[in-house]
Amino acid sequence: MDIVIQYLAHPFVRYAFIVGILIAFCSSLLGVTLVLKRMSYIGDGLSHVAFGALAIASVLKLSDNMIIILPVTVLCAVLLLAAGQNTVIKGDAAIAMLSVGALAFGYLLMNIFSTSSNLAGDVCSTLFGSTSILTLRQNEVYLCLVVSVVVVIVFVLFYNKIFAVTFDENFAKASGVRVGFYNVLIAVIIAAIIVMAMNLVGSLLISALVIFPAMASMRVFKSFRAVTISSAVFSVVCAASGIIISIIAQTPVGATIVACDAVMFGLFCALGRITGK
Amino acid sequence: MSLISAQNLTIGFEDRTLYRNLSFDINAGDYCFVIGENGAGKTTLMKTILGLRKPVSGSVTTSDGLKPDEIGYMPQQTVVQRDFPASVSEIVMSGFIGKLGRRPFFTAEQRRLAYSNMERLGVNDLARKCYRELSGGQQQRVLLARTLCAASRVLLMDEPVAGLDPYVTEEFYGLVSGLNREGITIIMISHDIPAAKKYATHILHVKDEPSYMTKDDYFKRGHGADFSIVRDGGDC
Repeated sequence: MDIVIQYLAHPFVRYAFIVGILIAFCSSLLGVTLVLKRMSYIGDGLSHVAFGALAIASVLKLSDNMIIILPVTVLCAVLLLAAGQNTVIKGDAAIAMLSVGALAFGYLLMNIFSTSSNLAGDVCSTLFGSTSILTLRQNEVYLCLVVSVVVVIVFVLFYNKIFAVTFDENFAKASGVRVGFYNVLIAVIIAAIIVMAMNLVGSLLISALVIFPAMASMRVFKSFRAVTISSAVFSVVCAASGIIISIIAQTPVGATIVACDAVMFGLFCALGRITGK
Repeated sequence: MSLISAQNLTIGFEDRTLYRNLSFDINAGDYCFVIGENGAGKTTLMKTILGLRKPVSGSVTTSDGLKPDEIGYMPQQTVVQRDFPASVSEIVMSGFIGKLGRRPFFTAEQRRLAYSNMERLGVNDLARKCYRELSGGQQQRVLLARTLCAASRVLLMDEPVAGLDPYVTEEFYGLVSGLNREGITIIMISHDIPAAKKYATHILHVKDEPSYMTKDDYFKRGHGADFSIVRDGGDC
């Protein structure tokens, strides 16, 4: 425990803690919706797109790479989620193609144009999230804070509509809800969360933050609201304990958080067995 | 007095027409069965009535002050819904979604109405239960309660009894008949000819040459005469 307190005295560790918890909290909110829309892998796909965009940004030597990453990711999210129902290539196949395509082009670009001496290290850290969470600057923490607050406000205000659109799109449409708008809204929120989450767990592990909390909570709770609240708590607890464990045991942050998620998921499954049926 | 009427409707998609020249007048209190083969365009017709898609030609008009938000739609159950983690009351409440407008939350009055609709369909005891743990018949009653929250004059139902066992099916038809007697106009897609014979007032048969007539005409002179081997109404 002393080690943790010692570490928390450093501002960069505190930043990592705050950002980690915020990201975990936000990414769990839409988890249920994405799992139910059969879009569990969208996190994975979009994060690979973000990786490709990051590669372009670093080739162009942009100082602020968010200028490219955020719009590109949002655009892809809208294409996948909002247009998903009526396109030639459906849901999971579209995600898979976009995902590996972006990954390949991103790595190619980095390889051909790279100026860094440690290319393998760079790629590995963007894929698995590395120490970058420990090198956050103050304004990045503020940005993360603002995005999180916006995400939470939008989610609360549109909670009932998101529920209706997820449960029954046809019914919502017939009731006069602008389903297209809400699908775009969901896509934009998820893209923003994923771009933020790349710093925390890296682009290969983001799906875990979206899926584990939702799937675990669905085993135990019986209402949409309870599942949503439980996902948020689940995700925050796992992120916090993951960060603490990684400090104590000197393990990679992202992988440790995901490992915590997986263990907790197992516990929830057991709990669901005992309480249910 | 006619509530919904169609004039020379042609239904189809960009590349093919399903059927032409469908005209009908549905009056307040009617119980209309929509019958036709799979892929004949029954659901497409419903979506056209709801204004969710444009007819290739012709038009659907509503009269007697019937507003679009007074037509409730009960779509076929989707795969997603079967394992949806939501309580019955949450689902019934979501029937009011169209009446929220810009407001983010439901009102206390809507909450009360939702409960009275659950009572009407006998699912109020299930309010806190999880939707995916219900039987097929209970799920359909929950969805019907939700549709009642959305609209109270006309109900459009897309194969509501698909996949239900005969006993539950009969129970469900009983509920719908009850609503019909209370004055709600029903338009229901079904493959259930005996039920049509027993409950319908009108039959809309969807095929290349669609027809709309009263039940008696349909079974004497219309396509329904083909079904004369089906034994009369009775218990099905």
